[in-house]
Amino acid sequence: MPGKVLVNTTINGEATDFRCEPRQSLLECLRDILQLTGTKEGCNDGNCGACTVLMDGRPLTACLVLGVEAEGRNITTIEGIARGSKLHPLQQAFLEEAALQCGICTPGFIVSAKALLDRDKNPSEADIRLWLANNLCRCTGYDKIVRAVQKAAAEMRA
Amino acid sequence: MKSFDYAAPRSLAEALRLLSFHPRARLLAGGTDILVQMRAGRIDTDFLLDTKGIPELNELKSADGLTIGAAVPCFRIHEDSRVRSKYPALSDVAGLIGGTQIQSRATFGGNVCNAAPSADATPILIAQGATCRIIGTGGQRTVPIELFCTAPGKNVLKQGEILISFHIPAKSKTTGAQYLRFIPRNEMDIAVVGAGVEVALENGVVQSARIALSAVAPVPLFVPAAGDSMVGKAPSAEVIAEAAAIARDAATPISDMRGTVEYRRHLCAVLTRRALEAAIVRAGGKN
Repeated sequence: MPGKVLVNTTINGEATDFRCEPRQSLLECLRDILQLTGTKEGCNDGNCGACTVLMDGRPLTACLVLGVEAEGRNITTIEGIARGSKLHPLQQAFLEEAALQCGICTPGFIVSAKALLDRDKNPSEADIRLWLANNLCRCTGYDKIVRAVQKAAAEMRA
Repeated sequence: MKSFDYAAPRSLAEALRLLSFHPRARLLAGGTDILVQMRAGRIDTDFLLDTKGIPELNELKSADGLTIGAAVPCFRIHEDSRVRSKYPALSDVAGLIGGTQIQSRATFGGNVCNAAPSADATPILIAQGATCRIIGTGGQRTVPIELFCTAPGKNVLKQGEILISFHIPAKSKTTGAQYLRFIPRNEMDIAVVGAGVEVALENGVVQSARIALSAVAPVPLFVPAAGDSMVGKAPSAEVIAEAAAIARDAATPISDMRGTVEYRRHLCAVLTRRALEAAIVRAGGKN
């Protein structure tokens, strides 16, 4: 029976250690060990994007990463997007554009979209839709989501 | 998921040593296939060896051709300026496997080793003449990629061996390649049919052509006769149509939820023709 492994990471800017079994996904580690439950579990096989987090700035689905693979990595979750009580422009825009209904997909969309805006300040609608193709919304709010990302991008350029 | 041990060695020697102790070990690269399969109980292992820390598997080197380490994630291949300028078809494919998040992790090495008939990376690597560098305790060997996959989910790697990298030969300026696939969605889907082609021109005549198909046979299908039919000829519409017909006739697809046999055979000819036309444009030839 494999024992638990100590994993040293940085999560949302803070040095964070946790112990997990090799078989536990990063998603399980975030939610069940670290109580960072903002990251949601959807399909648990990489299709829906609900569990998207950033690892060293790249968005990935935390269900398809083992907790042990986070060793030495810099992780950003939805909890690390706002600055204290000040919402990130994406979060504000999602609220203002009503870019959510049930909200399960929202953390994943916001984290993915942040990675896009971090590299491209002025993405086209096509760029946004392509970048977010790995995020599914089953309340069918894509148009509003795309508008929210465009609004946040404009806000961040201003 | 069942319990297993995990190690992330920092050298090939250490990786081979670990594999010799663990006869049921499996190799982990991006994890986008194997973790899903382990969770579903389709793969049973007691030891997962993470290859991402091994320098040779992380190499993306453009000197004397192109070397793509087996653990290089798709986004690096897609965004690399040297790959984009010299091997645009490989860059394109790296940008259409899965979506953004999958491309952060998924690798050509994993895509090829997973040996799905529908793999997107394998046909274009076949078309571009890639070879696979493999290491085991007995030493290294090189396998042409068209011989790498042996059956759905099976490949030539023996237990204890590691796929290090792919090597793609240097190309002339008048060589072009293209991979096209048909999927009913815009993104995030599995090919109904895919066609990867490469055409090398010399003085307006086809010097060599290689054509490979995905999702129409138990393994990604190399059709040497299709490309060979073009050699020595100007790439006219008739010559392209003939190569496309040979590719179509070599396909042995099945009917499933993604398409019928008839539909897939039809797509083989259409996609091969379109991919050839695009490759010829990239090679600087008129079309």
